[in-house]
Amino acid sequence: MNPIENGKNHIIPYKTFLYVLAGLIALTLTSVTLTRISLGTLTVTIALIIAAVKSSFVLRIFMHLKFENKMFSRAVIGVIMLLCAVITITLLDYLNR
Amino acid sequence: MILVTHRDDLTSKTGMWLFLFTEMLLFGGLFIVYSVYRYRNPVSFHLAAHDLSVAIGTINTIILLVSSTTIAMSITAIQKKNKKLALLLLGMTIVLGLAFLVNKYFEWGKHIKEHIYPGSSVLALRGHGDVLFYGLYFFMTGLHALHIIIGLVFIMVITASILRDKINSENYVLLENSGLYWHLVDLIWIFLFPLFYLIT
Amino acid sequence: MSTQKGFEEPSYLEYKGKYKGIFSWILSTDHKRIAILYLFSLLTFFAIGATLGLLMKLELIAPGKTIMTAQTYNAFFTLHGIIMIFAVVIPGLPAVFGNFFLPIMIGAKDVAFPRLNLLSWYFYVTGVSLVLISQFTGQGPPDTGWTFYAPYSFRTTGNMLPAVFGAFVLGFSSILTGLNFLVTIHRMRAPGMTWLRMPLFPWTLYATGWVQLLATPIIGITLLMIVAERTLHIGFFDPTLGGDPLLYQHLFWTYSHPAVYIMILPAMGAISEIIPTFCHKTIFGYKFIVASSIAIAFVGYFIWGHHMFTSGMSGTALYTFSLLTFIVAIPSAVKVFNWISTMHKASIDLQTPFFWAVGFLFVFMIGGFSGLILGSLATNIHLHNTHFVVAHFHFIVFGGTGYAFFGAMHYWYPKITGKMYDSRWANTGLIIFFAGFITLYGEMFFLGMRGMPRRYYDYDEIFHTGNIFSSLGAVVMYFGLAVIIINLFSSLRNGAKAPSDPWGGKTLEWTIPSPPPVENFEEIPVVTKGPYNYK
Repeated sequence: MNPIENGKNHIIPYKTFLYVLAGLIALTLTSVTLTRISLGTLTVTIALIIAAVKSSFVLRIFMHLKFENKMFSRAVIGVIMLLCAVITITLLDYLNR
Repeated sequence: MILVTHRDDLTSKTGMWLFLFTEMLLFGGLFIVYSVYRYRNPVSFHLAAHDLSVAIGTINTIILLVSSTTIAMSITAIQKKNKKLALLLLGMTIVLGLAFLVNKYFEWGKHIKEHIYPGSSVLALRGHGDVLFYGLYFFMTGLHALHIIIGLVFIMVITASILRDKINSENYVLLENSGLYWHLVDLIWIFLFPLFYLIT
Repeated sequence: MSTQKGFEEPSYLEYKGKYKGIFSWILSTDHKRIAILYLFSLLTFFAIGATLGLLMKLELIAPGKTIMTAQTYNAFFTLHGIIMIFAVVIPGLPAVFGNFFLPIMIGAKDVAFPRLNLLSWYFYVTGVSLVLISQFTGQGPPDTGWTFYAPYSFRTTGNMLPAVFGAFVLGFSSILTGLNFLVTIHRMRAPGMTWLRMPLFPWTLYATGWVQLLATPIIGITLLMIVAERTLHIGFFDPTLGGDPLLYQHLFWTYSHPAVYIMILPAMGAISEIIPTFCHKTIFGYKFIVASSIAIAFVGYFIWGHHMFTSGMSGTALYTFSLLTFIVAIPSAVKVFNWISTMHKASIDLQTPFFWAVGFLFVFMIGGFSGLILGSLATNIHLHNTHFVVAHFHFIVFGGTGYAFFGAMHYWYPKITGKMYDSRWANTGLIIFFAGFITLYGEMFFLGMRGMPRRYYDYDEIFHTGNIFSSLGAVVMYFGLAVIIINLFSSLRNGAKAPSDPWGGKTLEWTIPSPPPVENFEEIPVVTKGPYNYK
């Protein structure tokens, strides 16, 4: 197995992880602060958007998706879309009852 | 005649990712339940969430984020043949994971002392929305805590193998896999935190 | 079974490894031995399930109590359902023939994770044992039906926990098999075996693998919720606590409808192998069959709601699910047209596996068309929960998967055992089985249309004649099954030695000796052509 295909030649420097961690903590605190301000129905939407941004960092950097075979990222996106589709179709029932 | 098994790291990693997909859908089923009941009981979910401590939740979120960073860095350490640093980082991950569980224990303990737990008659008096909110809260955070415990055991086994040089700079796919699992546990918490603590 | 010329290696049946006797089987990580383990356990469970089915049909031979009480009847159809669905047809073709032939057909020495493969067999046996234990412990056997519908499943005094947990463990076993196959197909194809040179049976296993992987966790969590509901009274599906029982049905069918495709896709794959081999002709429209497998797996994920048309869903959900249900019929029909076109102008070798394939086509089409009748909203209201539904899914699940399973059994028997079976007895068994099958389930369509509900141990006098026919059909079918299985077992001893390619098949499993050597291939083959190259 050649190392490039295995994605092992890529060593992520320690610094990158620390930057990402700082970003993640900042996003968490932003999310908590925003809850204190009343934004009405937008509160949950914004909290979920921030969570999605945080998870994309975790997936891409911590979980190495950015440096792996593209097949992995495509599969992850596919699974997330599938889950969203199932939630949407289930809600088709509840939203219209 | 011996069946020769070749090591193939990409195969091992592919298997791990596919397993993570099943974990995502396992929690996905619960997110479906959550969204349906939140849609049907918006006000009581909103009010029930007030009883959860945002401070402990935030601390636990940060604990998990830091522990994710330490295990990710331990892979870099192994790649750079820095065994000591890798062990130190994994040790930190384990301590942080335990700290998360201790926090969770006190959090749950507080609720249970206030007679808020599934099946409690005090909770039942507070209405359907609260029953469902706390039912989901205990079930989802409980399942998540179970995953933390499994992850910790996995990481402890990996740490032992590094000590015995079974995992080294040439062969560290198991460390990567334990990292992937740990990050997934973190990922799920990233969504559980706003959905339970921040909908006030 | 001596080794073939030029091949020094012993066959997988002779090679013992480090263990002796039974341990050389139950501790073996050889995919072929694991397949045999699955085959024998599956046949045992199938025998239990089929016997329960026969007893239920005998109960229905006359109105009122015939041979069992209503409660026993409820327990029987529950156990029959759990065993047949979770322990027979879902593992069915993938666990037996998939395990045996997937690595061989793609030119690999084993699956990607051999030890995980053995583990999944242990999960399988544990799961079924738990289900069986539930029958004899606690306060009486489960009586909910295999669907465990809420809220009854956490209110009944029946012994639900072991049964539900058993189904959970069986789901885990299914996930591990699917995961293993996906990784094997991605990583272990022989050099030159590009995606579009892969035979169709592995292709359907690939599509199935994704469904197993992505749908099974949903039932896993749903069953855990039922367990929590029974033990902790959380209120997920309990209307007195604010829960919605209909949500249980949504989650349950989000898995259990795709599960239907876990059952039927590998069956279609096996048929796609049998037909070109006996037609001595390249399969018609290979790419279309591949695409239709993927399409079935994908669309099949979004049509669960057609099991709930009368449950009280919103109108929007009703017609969305109905429309999607009709769409999923298209790729299935594409396959049928392709199989029939393959037979067109072919010089067909009329052997037992081919008869099974033709039988499959016949019953699968009846099952499929009756599915469309159930998929339309208006007719569904009349037919829901009647014997029409029972007939429909037995035509698809037993008619589809079962016929393909027996077809595959007769097709690959020489390769697995190294022996030929007596085809006269095999054909006789098939004819008896077929006659019994049509009488048993065909009659149910008419009973259902006239309004006979399912899951009742008693019925009105007007349904008597139909039920007599149906029950007699059950006896005939059971007899046919016995003939088929006894013939296969006796051929183990008396059969002639099988050559490496008795049918003139062109896929890789026919290039190695029968039975295959431990490592399958002396040298990993290099593939240069598509799978069914007959020119």
